[in-house]
Amino acid sequence: MTLTEKVLARAAGKASVQAGDNVWVNADVLMTHDVCGPGTIGVFKREFGANAKVWNPDGVVIIPDHYIFTADSLSNRNVDILREFARDQGLKYFYDVIDDPNGTWKFDAAKGSFARQFGARYAGVCHAALPEKGHTRPGEVLFGTDSHTCMAGAFNQFATGIGNTDAGFVMGTGKLLLKVPETMRFRLEGRLQPGVMAKDVILHVIGEIGFDGATYRAMQFDGPGVAGLSMDDRMTIANMAIEAGGKNGIFPFDARTAEYVEARTRLNGTRQAYEPVEADADQKCCYERVVDLDKLEPLVACHPDPGQRKTAKELGGMKLDRAYVGSCTGGKASDFVEFARVVRGRKVAIDTFGVPATPTIVRELQTTWWGDQTIWQILQDAGVRLTENAGCAACLGGPVDTFGRMNEAGLKCISATNRNFPGRMGSKESEVYLASPATVAASALAGKVTDPREYLS
Amino acid sequence: MQSVFTGAVYVVRDNIDTDQIIPAQFLNLVPTIAEEYERLGSHALCGLPDALYPTRYVAEGQLDSTFPIIVAGRNFGCGSSREHAPIALGSAGCGVVLAESFARIFFRNCIATGELYPCELTARLCEELKTGDEVTVDLDAATVTVKASGRVVPLKPLGDVRPVIDAGGLFDYARESGMIDQPAATA
Repeated sequence: MTLTEKVLARAAGKASVQAGDNVWVNADVLMTHDVCGPGTIGVFKREFGANAKVWNPDGVVIIPDHYIFTADSLSNRNVDILREFARDQGLKYFYDVIDDPNGTWKFDAAKGSFARQFGARYAGVCHAALPEKGHTRPGEVLFGTDSHTCMAGAFNQFATGIGNTDAGFVMGTGKLLLKVPETMRFRLEGRLQPGVMAKDVILHVIGEIGFDGATYRAMQFDGPGVAGLSMDDRMTIANMAIEAGGKNGIFPFDARTAEYVEARTRLNGTRQAYEPVEADADQKCCYERVVDLDKLEPLVACHPDPGQRKTAKELGGMKLDRAYVGSCTGGKASDFVEFARVVRGRKVAIDTFGVPATPTIVRELQTTWWGDQTIWQILQDAGVRLTENAGCAACLGGPVDTFGRMNEAGLKCISATNRNFPGRMGSKESEVYLASPATVAASALAGKVTDPREYLS
Repeated sequence: MQSVFTGAVYVVRDNIDTDQIIPAQFLNLVPTIAEEYERLGSHALCGLPDALYPTRYVAEGQLDSTFPIIVAGRNFGCGSSREHAPIALGSAGCGVVLAESFARIFFRNCIATGELYPCELTARLCEELKTGDEVTVDLDAATVTVKASGRVVPLKPLGDVRPVIDAGGLFDYARESGMIDQPAATA
C-alpha cells in the first residue's frame, strides 16, 4: 500500500484498502474557519438538531482567519457565529480573534491595517496554525472546509478539503465516505540550489502534469531528496497538491517530522500519541516520476492558472505593478527570511505587501536580529508594507477593504501565494503570477519578473 | 425528481474555478440562512471576465438565471472547496452542469448538497454551442440533444451519484438508506 492507502486503511479499520475502494473513514480532526464554519454549523444544526452535540469536542478545531481585518459587517458577524457555537459546544480549540468569550468582533478601520488588532488566542491562517498549535500528527485523518487543508500532508497524514455539507456530516458523526485515491509518486532526488525554493518544486510538478493532472489522486512526495527539505518546505509542496486537482499530498515520516510534531504537541498540550505510516515496497502507483532538485530553477506560474509554468529567466523583463508575500503557502517565517535575504539593504520598486501567516511568525520576525536590525525592520526598510494582522488577507481577494487586495483592473501582481485563476486577488481583470518568496522579492526590487539569483551572488 | 431538463444553455470554457463561479468577496454570505442563499444565486458566475463573457449568467438586479443548463469544458469547479459554488448555481436555478470534466471537491459538493447534477460530456460541446442555444438533457437516457441540429451526445452515466442527488443530497440519502437516524426534533 501507498502512504495514503495506509492511513485510510487504518482509519477505516481495515487490514488493507486499494485505490478505487469506497470506505468509511474515521476523522481525527475536523477544521473549519470563518468563511465555511457558519454554513457548516448551519448544516449541522439543521440535520442533527439545534441542541445536538458534535461527535468529539476535542476533535473540532475552529480557526477564524479569512475575513477578519475588514469592516464588512457580515464577515464580523461570521466570527461571532463561530464564538457562540464554540461556547455552546464547549470546544477547547477555538482560536478566537478577541479575548472576551462573550464579546463581539468588530474591526476598527480607524486604527488602520498595520497595527495588531487581535487578542491573545488568535492563531492566523488555519493551515499554518494547525501544525503550530499541535493539531497535525502522522498517520491521522484531517478534514478541513478549505481546499488547502492538503498542506498537512507534510506531516505524514491524510488531509483533504471538503464542503460544508460533508463537514456538517463529519461534525455529527466523526465519519466520511471516501473513495481511496490512486497515488502519483514523485521521487525527489538531490538538493535545492541557492535561490531555488520548495515553491519551485511544486510549480515544476504542476507544470509537468497540468492544473488537473492529479484530479481524484493522491500526490506522494518521497525519495532521498525529502531529507533535505524542512517542514516548512514540505508544507509548501503539499499545500499546492490541490492546484493540480489532487485529493491530498503526502510525505513520508522522518526525524524532522517527529521533532516538529513532538515539540508542538508538547508545547500546546494537544494529544501527543501518534503512529506514522510507511509505504510498502510493493506499493502500486498510477504514475512515477523522478524530480531532480539540483536541476530546478526559479519558476513562475503565469496567469490564468497554476499550470502555466515558465522560468523566471524566460519571463525576465515582464513588467509588474505589485508584489505580495504571504498566505499559508508563502507566509511562513522561512518564506520571509528568504525574502529578506534578497531585499536586505535594497528598495522595492513597486507596491509590495507582506502578510505573515500567523501571529507567532510576526513575533519571530520582530525578534530575530540580523546584525543591528530585525528581519521585520529589514523588510520595512526595503519598502515592504508589512501588517501585523496575520491572516489570509488578499491571497483570495476577500472584502474590498482587505489589505493588499487588487481593487483596480489591469494590475499584474507577482505573489508567493498558491492560486492565480482570474480574479483570485481581487479585480477579475487583474493578473496573478505565482512564484517563490525569493523570486517575488527579486521581482519587487526590479519591478519586473526577475530570477532571484541575480541578487544572491 | 426531475430527470429531463430543457432550456437555453450558458456556455463557458475550460478551467472555470470557484472564484469565477462565486467570487471570494461574497463568501461572507452563509448558505444556510435563507435570504443569503438567495443572494448567493444573484452573484452566480459573476467572476467571469466581462471581455470573454459579455452575457451575464444572472442579469443585473435579478436573483435567478434564465439558463437552467451550463455547458463547460475541462476541470469545471477547480480551486476552492467553497460549497457556496454549487449552491450559488443551484440558487440561481441551474439544474445541470454538462462539462468535459469536473474538479473533485466541486463534484462532491454538488452531490452532498443535491443542488445540481454534474454530468460529464463525451464531446466538447462548449466549442459547438453558443450561450442561448437550446438543449434537452435526459438523465435516464444519459443524453443531451441539441434542438437546432437534432444532434444527440451521450453523457457518462452518473452511476451511484444519481440517487444521492435525487434524494436531495447526502443527508436525505443517508436517512432514506438508513445510514443515519432521522433528525432529532429541533427546538
